[in-house]
Amino acid sequence: MATPERLENRPCGGRYGDIVQSIGNTPLVELKRLSPKPGVRIWAKLESRNPTGSIKDRVAKSLIEDAEARGAIQPGQTILEPTSGNTGISLAMICKRKGYRLQVVMPDNVTPERTQLLQMYGAEIVYSDGSKGSNGAVELALELAERDARYYMPYQYGNPANPAAHYNGTALEILEELDEISAFVAGLGTGGTLMGNGRRFKEELGDSVKIVAAEPMQGEPVQGLRSLDDGFIPPIIDLSLLDRKIFVTNRDAIIWTRKLLDEEGLFAGVSTGAIARVAVRIANELDEGNVVFIVADDGWKYLSSGIYTRPVDEIENLDATVWW
Amino acid sequence: MATVKIPPVLRPSVGGEKQVEADGASVGEVLRSLAAAHPQTQSQLFSADGELNRYVNVYLNDEDVRVLDGLETRVGEGDTLVILPAMAGGR
Repeated sequence: MATPERLENRPCGGRYGDIVQSIGNTPLVELKRLSPKPGVRIWAKLESRNPTGSIKDRVAKSLIEDAEARGAIQPGQTILEPTSGNTGISLAMICKRKGYRLQVVMPDNVTPERTQLLQMYGAEIVYSDGSKGSNGAVELALELAERDARYYMPYQYGNPANPAAHYNGTALEILEELDEISAFVAGLGTGGTLMGNGRRFKEELGDSVKIVAAEPMQGEPVQGLRSLDDGFIPPIIDLSLLDRKIFVTNRDAIIWTRKLLDEEGLFAGVSTGAIARVAVRIANELDEGNVVFIVADDGWKYLSSGIYTRPVDEIENLDATVWW
Repeated sequence: MATVKIPPVLRPSVGGEKQVEADGASVGEVLRSLAAAHPQTQSQLFSADGELNRYVNVYLNDEDVRVLDGLETRVGEGDTLVILPAMAGGR
């Protein structure tokens, strides 16, 4: 792979024709205070610097552009997607800019900022039963799409355009800046970030790079499955690409979200706290090398929950909220 | 003896307990002792061919055993196995 000139401290992120084209090209920032030893460097890929504040801008752009390229959608058509927030917000911005209608199916127990952001970009919201977590949103969206052929559902959980956004984007940007990566750590949700980056890193760097998933341990109130057969595994996930898969409780995720803010001045969302916690654990197990982790979103959407200002024990609905 | 944490969906099969103790030196052995003590869990934890059921995730402390050595993953004294249903994440 050709090595373009590195962007060290380049003052401008580039020039783009419109907001959608400006997605990506996010900074990679070293977090020296989090590093447990001198030979191990920890790098944060600030996906929070995308136009709507999350990594999902890349995914939404890829999903829509893929559908356009295949002729699957026409201007004015309604896009339908199950999402507990960030993908919906990204799709809403892109659909508004490109002239599509958007309906999102979202659990009714996410933070209120999400509803406001979705409405702000003109999306219509259909709420699903929060006690069923994201599974409930997926189930309801599939039912709605089944009933009405006018919908186009990109379906981020099963669409190869989701990991492709990272395979052809995020991963290449990181490889432009670092020659060696010992470990890559990201959150496991749809699996898109881990699959797309993981596949590219394994191809370019071989098995020496460890692909590590941090996943939410959902609180008991949102584990409301009637039976284990109601479980869900996103079709795009290939577990054989992962070297480690570690869960993080909501409490630890919030503690680490605060730690990022206090020690590194990094204002990020709750999943990033969980990812950072796992990244530092992996860094502790190494003698040297680069550990790259993903800052999946910024913290604005979580302000009303008080996680940045209140003691963790005073946060309401800690286990009844789908934080990420 | 390992501690096994039981998710709400499986508790009716273990008399309502949130966690139980079970013997075994590997994840498979611990789960088979759990199923022997609480037969209703057998078909929920294992598929017909004795593999871990598709929608059951088992963690050794906090790491998914599927990306370790699966049912062969070694379990030490004082380790905790956490059983969780596979749920959609994502956003």
